[in-house]
Amino acid sequence: MTTASETKSEPDETPKNGVDHTITASQGTFSVTEAHPLSLDSGRTLSPINVAYQTQGVLNVDKSNAILVCHALTGDQFFSGRNLLTDRPGWWETMIGPGKTLDTDRYFIICSNVLGGCMGTTGPKDIDAGTGKPFGLNFPVITIADMVRLQKRLIDHLGIEQLFCVTGGSMGGMQVLQWAASYPEAVYVAAPIATAARHSAQNIGFHEVGRQAIMADPDWHGGDYYARGVVPKRGLAVARMAAHITYLSETALQDKFDRNLQDRSKVSFGFDADFQVESYLHHQGSSFVDRFDANSYLYITRAMDYFDLAAGYDGVLANAFRGVETEFCIVSFTSDWLYPTAENKAVVRALNAAAAKASFVEVESDKGHNAFLLEEPEMFTTLGGFLRAAAVRRGLVGPVRR
Amino acid sequence: MSSSTNETMEIPPFKTGTAPRLRLTGIRSDFPILAGMVKPHSKVLDIGCGDGDLLHFLALERGVDGRGMELSQDGVNASVSRGLAVVQGDADTDLVDYPDDAFDVVILSQSLQVLHYPRKVLEQMLRTGRQAIVSFPNFGYWRVRLDLGLRGRMPLTSDLPVPWYDTANIHLCTILDFMEMCEDMGLNIEQGLTLDRKGNAKSIGPVLGFGPGFGRGLSPGWANLIGEQGVFLLQKK
Repeated sequence: MTTASETKSEPDETPKNGVDHTITASQGTFSVTEAHPLSLDSGRTLSPINVAYQTQGVLNVDKSNAILVCHALTGDQFFSGRNLLTDRPGWWETMIGPGKTLDTDRYFIICSNVLGGCMGTTGPKDIDAGTGKPFGLNFPVITIADMVRLQKRLIDHLGIEQLFCVTGGSMGGMQVLQWAASYPEAVYVAAPIATAARHSAQNIGFHEVGRQAIMADPDWHGGDYYARGVVPKRGLAVARMAAHITYLSETALQDKFDRNLQDRSKVSFGFDADFQVESYLHHQGSSFVDRFDANSYLYITRAMDYFDLAAGYDGVLANAFRGVETEFCIVSFTSDWLYPTAENKAVVRALNAAAAKASFVEVESDKGHNAFLLEEPEMFTTLGGFLRAAAVRRGLVGPVRR
Repeated sequence: MSSSTNETMEIPPFKTGTAPRLRLTGIRSDFPILAGMVKPHSKVLDIGCGDGDLLHFLALERGVDGRGMELSQDGVNASVSRGLAVVQGDADTDLVDYPDDAFDVVILSQSLQVLHYPRKVLEQMLRTGRQAIVSFPNFGYWRVRLDLGLRGRMPLTSDLPVPWYDTANIHLCTILDFMEMCEDMGLNIEQGLTLDRKGNAKSIGPVLGFGPGFGRGLSPGWANLIGEQGVFLLQKK
């Protein structure tokens, strides 16, 4: 049912794509069987489900040093080392590694591909056992809570009663909040970053633009493109381009590109990518379609849109955290207009109202929403300090017992 | 703005029974005074908590369940790394985020004079907290009067060490001014103290119109002259 394998890359392999081949991360898979299907918010059940996950570090004998990292919309389980699907470095190597903020010498890091993610975890491009064909739009509509339910199965399977920490940014942060609300006893501390307890109208709007771009692509075929051997590349690329702008900031774009022209000295009086910013976005779009399933993008953006943590608690967010003993550290960024400080502060306010222990910082950064993935020393200082203090309380200081 | 910091200091005898007796560094001389106004195991919000020194002291000495608010990221980071729950925020605007009666006591130590809306903040403190503790440099202190009254210069004292062009202090007041505002706001002064420059506390005596007295002590006028700081425990009537 479960396999775990070390993926050490061959020593003679020459480093490429900026991948650090000295990192040893392990890959694992876990399956939800027909005997114990997963109940979804939509009322449907789903099984079998495969879950692909990566771990780094060593789980101590008490199983008290595990940190669950939740990935964002277009992320995956490959937070560190070589991404086996794209051959690129892991997406959170700024944060995770030996001696880093999430110190793999001390903590056992787990990250699983979300439900519907299609990077090893079951999603719309996988075979529906009932029909023998890919799910396509027959895949059930999923929610953030469904993703977390599936992660809880994995954590139970690993025999971890209480995670030391659950953390993640953006959609990962939504999962962190859902974890604390659904399974507070299983979360010692929580660090949601650049996130919100509900998707705003603006964010739903951006997602709808992306989805419409995919569905307007003739190659989408009502979601049944798998059988036809095509991919709605153009639609998915446009979705990614539009979304990518929202991950940056005006300052970041201006500083990086200004009105600079791409490989030419004057405008072409045509519709080629004259400007560097256009070329950059084209690249973002085209590299995305090679690694991400278009239907998966529809399903996961929908899950984010449906996220409204307070809705399950009489519309009062604080009620989601009543009696929760988990301690929180929330981080936002000044230039993040997708999950702005106000949204993060609304969570802090709710935590205060629920008398939960919460810390909060707004990190000054001009890098926009993506800042949580980048070198942000103040974020590392805040989270590192928060985790160290929690580790002391939990008795994780000193050498980890193995 | 801050009172004198002793390099090391024996923790004074406010025992909770569980707190280890430790020697700590960086304890401000007024911490024991403030701690004396806080009941053991109460819920405390410290506004402008800086590096969390006072919250840490109160946790050790009084076993309080503390929260902090601090404007500077360095202060929040330092506090969080000590295991304190501290939110980056501005007292002038962000206290509204806390629910009614969330705390037993809300502390504003040495920050009243830098606020834009000190009276509104005090109202908020007594909305979210049952009691409030406010400490501030006393502008009625004789050295201040000497500087301004005789020398004709803006005062520089150990509690007001920054020259006028660099100071963050925008709402300085005297002990009498503060007491008058409390009366105007309909607040009970449960306890009033002045601190001298060594941190020695003296009670301010009973005053007509301020409810139950707090024993014999200095008259407010005298306290206003010799006290370098005022420290008040307040409660709504």
